[in-house]
Amino acid sequence: MVKKRVIPCLDVADGRVVKGVRFENLRDMGDPVELATRYSELGADELVFLDITATLEDRGPLLELVDRAAAELSIPFTVGGGVRSVEDGLSLLRAGADKVAVNRAALDEPGLLARLADAFGTQAVVCAIDARDGEVVTHAGRNPRGRDAVDWAREAVGSGAGELLVTSIDADGTRDGYDLELTGAIAGAVHVPVIASGGAGCARHLGEAFAAGAEAALIASIVHERPERLPELKSELEEDGWPIRT
Amino acid sequence: MRVAVADYGAGNLRSLCAALERAGAEPFVTTDDDAVRSAPLAVVAGVGHVASAAAGLARTGVDDALRDRASSGRPVLGICVGMQLLFGESEEGGSGLGLLAGPVTRLDAPRVPHMGWNTLVSHAPSPLLDTLDGEDVYFAHSYAARPADTSVVTAEVEHAGPVVAAVESGPVAGAQFHPERSGPVGARFLANALAWSRSA
Repeated sequence: MVKKRVIPCLDVADGRVVKGVRFENLRDMGDPVELATRYSELGADELVFLDITATLEDRGPLLELVDRAAAELSIPFTVGGGVRSVEDGLSLLRAGADKVAVNRAALDEPGLLARLADAFGTQAVVCAIDARDGEVVTHAGRNPRGRDAVDWAREAVGSGAGELLVTSIDADGTRDGYDLELTGAIAGAVHVPVIASGGAGCARHLGEAFAAGAEAALIASIVHERPERLPELKSELEEDGWPIRT
Repeated sequence: MRVAVADYGAGNLRSLCAALERAGAEPFVTTDDDAVRSAPLAVVAGVGHVASAAAGLARTGVDDALRDRASSGRPVLGICVGMQLLFGESEEGGSGLGLLAGPVTRLDAPRVPHMGWNTLVSHAPSPLLDTLDGEDVYFAHSYAARPADTSVVTAEVEHAGPVVAAVESGPVAGAQFHPERSGPVGARFLANALAWSRSA
């Protein structure tokens, strides 16, 4: 059977990995491909690069990063952040991203998910859904969209999303665990894989997300502080009986 | 060894070429049917739909070059959609090269696409799968080949029922998984494939 995936997420700005609190006081953490390679060696099942300088016009550094990552990594990776249009998505996929994650542009531009899926297949199209209290939000949670997250999940899958990256904005960064209600409701409503995101603090939290129906769990701060935590998390999950790639 | 990677216009062959280079090959992406005919190994890879891939191959005459190779015993390797292209009619639309008999059908499972790492179960001895039995490799697909002759199936994985993961029949071989995205195990598959094509 298909293994449950553990997916480190790297925030990038201008082609570098950054770390900060609420997008402020960004600290340069190094070269994304070098860090990604390190995670890959430590057993990451996949990686996500999230461009947090999404509003900038210049996508050159991101495309250069994707090009290098495609050549140097031997595990799959998704690129998201700032995909505003079909052209944005296609340029990332053409540069070598295995999947592209689309967030608010999927809401704003009808047909975007379908066109990406037509060009590269649904398996290359991830719809990222940020939610608070079951409602879709955008702009890091500042803009409520008045849409039920489960309804939007169904529609996104119907349009061409082959995977959903479901982030609870309130749980994000708390390390108190994923939003299991949200994860479970969406995983139960769609037939595509769901990646739980936001709130991971320990292996038990990942196990809870899997039990709620997630096929994969995104992790960030817990491994960025200490990358060696990644293989520990995976062996703890395996000991708990989850199918894990070792 | 020079490896012709057939380009049918569906983008991203960069990862595969890099992985072939790491395995010691000299891959080149081409739409030239003569180059596809003459290379020691031809690979059909990529993502998307069988229909658009088949149309892309037909536009350049690479479809006939691949058929010529197979009929004259020269190795052809299909990866992911490229493996589906080795077969016949696809439920997704379009038709493959017909080098192997059987349709391509949509997966019937609670979660589709079949996405992630799954464990190869070897069904028949195959030089391409040497040391790969029981290893995890990466899948990302919604459709899969259903070989008419099950003796061509060299490995399956379990995803709400058996899914064909690898096939081999004479000079024609395929992998539904992505060796270029399957870490060190995938690298072993590509090294095996190069050795297989040398001896073919």
